[in-house]
Amino acid sequence: MRLIAENLGGERGGESVFSGIGFALDQGQALVVTGPNGAGKSTLLRIIAGLLPKAEGGLLLEGGGEAFPSIASACHYLGHQNAMKTALSVAENLRFWREFDGSGDVGVEEALETVGLGGIGHLPFGYLSTGQRRRAAIAKLLVSHRPLWLLDEPTAGLDKASEARFAGLMRRHLGDGGIVVAATHLPLGIEGAKALRMGEAG
Amino acid sequence: MLALFLRDIRLSIRAGGGALTGVIFFLAVIATIPFGVGPDLKLLSRIGPAILWIGALLSCLLGLDRLFQADREDGSLDLLVLGNDRHMLALTVLVKCLAHWAGSVLPLVVAAPLLGLFMNMEPLAIGATALTLLVGTPAITFIGAAGAAVAVALPRGGLLISVLVLPLTIPVLIFGVSASYGATANPDPFLQPFLILAALTLFLAVLGPVSAALALRHGTD
Repeated sequence: MRLIAENLGGERGGESVFSGIGFALDQGQALVVTGPNGAGKSTLLRIIAGLLPKAEGGLLLEGGGEAFPSIASACHYLGHQNAMKTALSVAENLRFWREFDGSGDVGVEEALETVGLGGIGHLPFGYLSTGQRRRAAIAKLLVSHRPLWLLDEPTAGLDKASEARFAGLMRRHLGDGGIVVAATHLPLGIEGAKALRMGEAG
Repeated sequence: MLALFLRDIRLSIRAGGGALTGVIFFLAVIATIPFGVGPDLKLLSRIGPAILWIGALLSCLLGLDRLFQADREDGSLDLLVLGNDRHMLALTVLVKCLAHWAGSVLPLVVAAPLLGLFMNMEPLAIGATALTLLVGTPAITFIGAAGAAVAVALPRGGLLISVLVLPLTIPVLIFGVSASYGATANPDPFLQPFLILAALTLFLAVLGPVSAALALRHGTD
């Protein structure tokens, strides 16, 4: 599997935010997108996922096979919001996404253990702190399998220990032949990741 | 898909859901009518079916703005749109509509016979009105989904949805009310308007979700 972007350009409200972005990622490779606020990191991720139309250039996922015919079907998109319902319990939320996205190898309880939230699955999502909510959203990446992870500020609100644990999860995902594209301000702790610096300052 | 249906039903029942709001609004509308119209029992029973239908229609519109907006605010909508390859988006919208109907509109249909007593309606008229509501209200939800999808990005889109959707629901209202009258008033037919009402619901069950899905796909930003 290979994710290729060529001469990609994005715009917001008719104004060009970035242009001429190109990269190619093989299985097991990660791309860390950095840049000042407003450089278009989130826009780039949303364009890759197909949530925003691209202004120019091309995007291609090669070798997805029948299971993953398009980028949208092959990706987990973790945006600024956690896509969880505050009125439902953490486990109910995860169980819903697991069934809707297609089950993976990892169960809900096991995924919660992995992100360090074991034993609180019965609590309503609304009772959780910001960092715990983010960890529950990360558990969502685990309960159903997608080769491509698109992460927008994934570590926002996480403490040091959780950051390290999340870095471990990403390394394991890359080791299993996954692809990670992450927009971030903070170092994510992935060795050998490609770097893309956006904005004039770079 | 069943998971999505169950999730939305759960959300409408739990705190902050819309299940009770609609029923209470419906009750408020119907309970005030006799005070406004006066104690003319004959008049009340004559306008009863129409008033029940108008009350149910307005109560239906009340909760529609949250249909997609709640999902948009917490980011779920992006993931539902991304799931297009596995679950066609129009189908996802249809399931959301059905869950919304079962969670928020079905209680109105259940409450309608009780409120019919407020209007001094005969048992036959009450039964006919409840039956037409049962068949006709899904159509309102399906049209409303298209309106809700168009207005999903607007912070206070509720009023706009009502204004957009209300003219389109007029045929449903007309055939619903005329079928209800047809059951009691002798020369008027019941079956013909009732079948047209059922046809409207089936027609809009396709058109509504497809247009809503189109609006949602182009509304992500």
